[in-house]
Parts: sequence; C-alpha cells; structure tokens
Amino acid sequence: MNLVIAPTPLSANDYKSDYKPVWCPGCGDYSVLLAFTKAMAQLQRPPEEIAVVSGIGCSSRIPAYTNCYGFHGVHGRALPVGTGLKVARPELTVIVAGGDGDGFSIGGNHFLHACRRNIDLTYIVMDNRVYGMTKGQPSPTTEPDWDSALAPGGTGLRPFHPLVIALASGANFVARGFSGDPNGCADLIVQAVKHPGFSFVEILSPCVTFRPDQREWGKMVHSASVNPTDDPARAARRIMTDDGFNIGVLYAGCRAPYQPQKAASASMAAIEAEFAI
Amino acid sequence: MTQAGPAIQSLSFAVVGSGGAGVMTSGHMLLDAAARAGLYGVMSRSSGPQIRGGEAAALLRLSPAAVESHGDRFDVLLAVDWQNAHRFAAEIPIDAHSLVICDPGEGAVPEVFAGSGARIVAIPLKAIAKKIPGGRPNMVALGALGAFAGLEADALTRAVESTLQKGGDALKASLTAMHAGLAAVAETGLSLPRLAPARENGCWAISGNEAAGLGALRGGIRFVAAYPITPATEILEWLSSALPRVGGTLVQAEDELASINMAIGASFGGVPSLTATSGPGLALMTEAIGLAVAAEIPLVVVDVMRSGPSTGIPTKSEQSDLNIAVYGLHGDAPHIVIAPNSVADCLLATQWAVHLAETLQVPALVLPDQSMGQSRVLLDRPADIEFPTRRFVADTDPQNYRRYALTPSGISPMAVPGTRGGVYTADGLEHNERGTPSSQAADHLAQLDKRGRKLDQADYSRHWAEIEGEGDVAVVTWGSCTAPVREAIHRARSEGFDVRLVSIRLLAPAQSARLAEALSGVKRILVIEQTHSGQFYRYLRSAYDLPCEMRVFHRSGPLPMRPGEIHSKIVKELAA
Repeated sequence: MNLVIAPTPLSANDYKSDYKPVWCPGCGDYSVLLAFTKAMAQLQRPPEEIAVVSGIGCSSRIPAYTNCYGFHGVHGRALPVGTGLKVARPELTVIVAGGDGDGFSIGGNHFLHACRRNIDLTYIVMDNRVYGMTKGQPSPTTEPDWDSALAPGGTGLRPFHPLVIALASGANFVARGFSGDPNGCADLIVQAVKHPGFSFVEILSPCVTFRPDQREWGKMVHSASVNPTDDPARAARRIMTDDGFNIGVLYAGCRAPYQPQKAASASMAAIEAEFAI
Repeated sequence: MTQAGPAIQSLSFAVVGSGGAGVMTSGHMLLDAAARAGLYGVMSRSSGPQIRGGEAAALLRLSPAAVESHGDRFDVLLAVDWQNAHRFAAEIPIDAHSLVICDPGEGAVPEVFAGSGARIVAIPLKAIAKKIPGGRPNMVALGALGAFAGLEADALTRAVESTLQKGGDALKASLTAMHAGLAAVAETGLSLPRLAPARENGCWAISGNEAAGLGALRGGIRFVAAYPITPATEILEWLSSALPRVGGTLVQAEDELASINMAIGASFGGVPSLTATSGPGLALMTEAIGLAVAAEIPLVVVDVMRSGPSTGIPTKSEQSDLNIAVYGLHGDAPHIVIAPNSVADCLLATQWAVHLAETLQVPALVLPDQSMGQSRVLLDRPADIEFPTRRFVADTDPQNYRRYALTPSGISPMAVPGTRGGVYTADGLEHNERGTPSSQAADHLAQLDKRGRKLDQADYSRHWAEIEGEGDVAVVTWGSCTAPVREAIHRARSEGFDVRLVSIRLLAPAQSARLAEALSGVKRILVIEQTHSGQFYRYLRSAYDLPCEMRVFHRSGPLPMRPGEIHSKIVKELAA
C-alpha cells in the first residue's frame, strides 16, 4: 500500500509575520489583518506569490504584518504601484490595502482610474472615517458635523461615497464588510480575489481612539438581505439608498479584466531597421 | 583624449510657412534625400503655439561630416508663405550672403528678413504647382531646396517615394512638382558651394526621443508607464509600439504621480522600468523618486527639459531642470543623473542609465532637452554596447535573507516576488537590514551609508564625460551645449588656439577626482550652459574643488546656443 503524504495545508498563521503592529489596542485593523490571513489560508496561495501593496496611514502599515511580499510606498499611490506590479507580473496575486484618507482623498484620482482600468487586483479599504495617524482630522468619508481641531464644528461637507463611485467608475466587484466580523470579511476577501478584474472591498474598521463613537458600529451593521447583482443600475440604487451598514457582496460584474499582452514577436534588429535609410 | 577634426563645412536651410503648407514634409524629405546622397545632417522644428494650423519652420543643416547642432546663420531661407514668419526671425539668422527664396505672389519680404541684405530669389511656387494636376507648392519648394543643396534628382526622387509609399497620382504629382522646383533654380543660374558626399553606405535617421526609447529597449526596459507631456511624448509613443514587440508592456497612467509609481511597482516586481516626462511632470514625480531611493528600487526617469519654470515654453529648449534633477529630492537621497551630450547620445545615455539603475538599485534620471529630443539627425548606426552587470537578484531560499544587508559594496540581493524565502516589505520608512521599519539612529546611519556607498563605489567608466583636446584652458559644459561648444573649439583650434573640452555626462554623483584629472594642467576654465541663473556653474562650484580660475557664460533658452557666440566668449575669456 502506497502512502501518499499530502502537503500540510497552509494555515492563517503562515500568512502572518511576527512584527508587532503599531495600531492602538482595540483598533479594527487587527481584525482586518486576521481576516486577510484567514482568506489567504482559504485560497492556499503560497505567501511568496502574494504581494500586499499600500500607501501611508495606520491601515497602510499592514504589508509588513503579513508574511507576503509587501510594498509600503508614499501617501495615496498604492493603486498605481499595485497596477504596475500586476501588469508586469500577472501571475502574482496583488492585494492593495489602505485607509479612507489614502484612498479617497490624496489617492482619489487613482481610485477612479483603477476602477476604470479593471486590472485583476483586490483593493481593501479600511474605512474609519478619520485620519488616525495624524491624530484625528476629518477624512473624505467623515460625517459633516464631526468636530475636530482642524475643522471645529465639522467640515459641513457631504461625505464621499466610495462604493457608488467605484460602481460608477467601472469596478467589477463591490463589497462592504465590518471588521468586527473577521470570518465574514475573510469570505468577502476570498470572493474578491477570485473575481476577475478590479475588486473593491470597503471594510468598516473602527478607530476607537479618535472615533470612540464607532464602537456602536457593531450594533448597526446587518447582512445584505438580497443576493449580489450583476446589474450596475440595480446595485447603484441599492447602495445609494441603503443605510451605509449593509454588509455583503453588493455587485459582481462581468467585465473582462485589462491585461496587456506581451508576447515577443520581433528582434531588436527588426525594430532598429525602421531607422535605416 | 581624442583630437578633433577640422571645422565643419555645411549648408543650412530654413523652410517657413503657415500650417498646412507642408514645410515639415519638405524638410523631412530634404533630410531623407541628403541621407541618400551620402551626407549627414540635422533637422529641428519650430512652431507657433497653435495645436494645429499655426506657422511652422523646418531648420536643417547638411554636412559631409556628422553634424549635431545648427550653425550661426542660414544659407537659405525659403518661405512658402510669410504668414507670421517674422516670429521665427530670432531663430533664423540670415545675412548678406544668404538667399531668401520666396513666392512673389505671397507679398513683400518682411522687413526683419529683408533688412539682412540677403539676396531675394523670386520663384513662383504656387503658380508652378498650379500648372501640375495635384501639384503642391511645398514639393516645388523641395526641388528648389534640393537644387541649392546640390542633391541629385535621383536622391530626391527616392526620398519622395519613401514618404509617399502609396504611390499613385499623389506620388506622380509630387515628383513632377519637385522636378519643376529643380528646373526653376536652374533657370536662376544660382548655386551654393557643393558639399562632397563622404559616405558610401546607408545611415540612420533618428530623433533624440526615438534614440532614448531605443536606448531604453537596448538596456532591457520592459515596462513603461506613460503620461503625455511636450516635448517627451514621442519617447512614450515610440515605446508604445516597440515595447510589446520585445515582450514588454506600456500602460498609460492617469497622471505623473501614477506613472512614476506604476514604474516603481513593476520594478519591485523584477521588471526593468521607465517613465518619461518633462519639468512639470518631474516636479510631480520627485516624492516617488525619493521612495525609490529609500526602498532601493531600480528606476529610470527621462526628463526632456523645456523652458521653465511652471508651464514655461513647452515646445522650446532650456537646461534649467538641472537643479531639480540633482537637488530636488527631500532627505539625503543619493541617485544618478545622466545627461546625453548630443541627439545620438540620447541612446547611450539612456541605456547606461538603465544599466546603472539596475546594477545599483537606484533611480537614474536622464536629462536630454527639447532641442535634442525633437531634432532628427543622420548618423552611422550606433554601436551595440554591452554593459557587464545587471540587477543582483536573490536566489530561491536564501539563508537568513536580509533585503537591505550591509554589504561592502552597499548592493544587497533583491528578492523578486515569487522567490521562496525572500519575502520582505519594501518601504519608504527608514528600516533595518531586514526591511523592518526602524526609527533608531544606528539603523538610519547604517542605511544612509549603505545607499551612499553603492554610488560612491560604482564604476562609472569612461562614460562619465567626453574629454577632447590638450590646451591649458578648458570649456566645461554639458548636454546640448556640447555640440556648439565643440564647433567653437574647432574654430579656435584652426586659429591656433588649443582649448580643452570637458562635457560632463554624469552629473550626479559628482566625480571630483576624475574632473580634477581631466583638468590637470588647466589654468582657466569657461563654463557654458543654457540657464538664466547659472545652475551648472553653481553646481560645479558646490560639488567640485576647482583650483583654476573660473569664468561663465550662461543664458536662458529657448534660442539655441550658436557656435559663433561661444567662440567669441572663448576668445574673450580664455585667450586673454
């Protein structure tokens, strides 16, 4: 009788590094890190074939806390770095991660064009509606009446609605999660990675230090009551009219991802021939 | 050191006309015909600010020897019409020995040109063209220009055929019009000194921007991120079609912030990467270039300089991005800055930049300017150059892998994603040898030293500068000033006054010992550059300990440096 020894499956712990996060106790991002490692274990992708790319901010510190290749770049430019990496190395699994300030304020233009370009990567935004690393300033998703030293009495500005923008700009997969439910978030991340094209997962991830009011989010979130749609108009109506705490996959489209072909067909001599007279 | 040859024998032609008159087509065909006739040459273009339909000028200089820049004057100014032609007066110096060829039906010669005392030659371009079904005045002009350039009808015919490959009635009409232009000049009985063809074999016609693209490809660039900007766009457009043919990819980005970061992402992935831009784009990219320094990501950025600051004069040249290229990064951020010294050198300079960026795991900036990028030259096929080293990549399952290990050379093996056992996080945060963020003084110092050491210990070979001549006075210059300086020095030498030429290709890191050696025995130097504030002069004063007496000639763009004005400075500042 032949004994076949199956390779030991990778566990969530195999995707976690031993660096201690800089995050505050109680930060939602710990649970997002846990959800990420659980999701990767479900996918069973070798850690070295995954790259986690980020910009600047509390949540953008996540790459070094994983056991995958990581890139922690400058503020707001995580999506372009991830785009270049994925186009150059399409066989890698590329996860771009960060916060609401990094993604929707300084990086807002890249968010629009990454949705539009629809490259096969997953973008996870840990949304806490505040700049935490700089100690409590309003972000694009902050409520208009939230009081802070930089905007006493509130900004008075209408919050940015990332899910609607993503849908309108052409993202191929749109989901919302809550960090208090790491297993649910892990499931969303698995679906996002498996779905072709640009997948956007917004995870409500409380900042207990500067937004202690967000401790109430656990009571406010609820599962999406209907199945995901592939009709962008239906998805848009649903996202625009829900209460902002609707958790689940909200849109799963069928646009073909963008991936330039790169089969070599000519020698340098053939290319240089065009200059000869 | 190489000795320079005799002064340049050449003929210069300017062709002006309003938009749609086809002066650029005439200019390109004349250059093409000169190539077929065994001559060398350069063609630049100048145009008004309009996107389409503005006045345009094609500026050509033909010579039996390789020629890179324009002379002091034009032998022939041909106007298809005079609409707004006065705007080019400063760019087209003519004198009593010049010929102005114009259509009497287009009105009087503008005073800015007529006042030169040049001989006016009336050729009714429109009337001649009108007699030929489908004939166009610019093809009559081509024949007239070809006649004064001493080109045979055969070379002109082949040039027209290679441009109008579809053939048919358009080709037939163009050839007939071109011959009519030749005949019209024959009737005048006028001619110019004949340029003796020096070349039997074919040659290349290539612009500086194409040469930079080719240098990138030869160097191994396989990913390009592109955001259009004048005058760099042609690099990106050329690579857009060439790159996929060698298995590379180009992505058009949403802005320069994206393009530089895309290139960084692709290079992190192990693929040699480049982007090209001009001053305003470079300003947006500087933060990410600093990231590439800190995270040690190989990267090439070509900045085709234009007149600044701000939007400046987008279509015209200047060398005023030197400061931002050398000093523009925040923090102590050693990086490479390379300047091509000619249109043709855009190829070598870019290829060398790729080699240094990849070998040293550092960003390399390449600084051509508009006058190089958008000029087309005829030259012998540039030699293939193989550089001996490339990126030092970590093997699979490295022992105790430390991405930023403190090696004697400062270069540490870079694990490419996909490599088992090499997992690390590239970071703009200061870090320790493993890449773990660290704010400790010892780690900061060790990594600063490492990043500096890489560049200090690198072998920059003979490419760091071009050095010619033996005199005890020298001109120190860079970039597109080199060609007119070289010509001015030839002139001085033919007058019995030997001047050394040092044209620096490697602007950063500064090569103090090498420059000192290149200037050994030199008593006085004249620094020549095209900036308003003397950026290169100040750079030399700050980066080099130069014991000799220094003089400087600097002026702003966009008018090209002329050999004559440089010659008079050499005589004034160095011969005294």
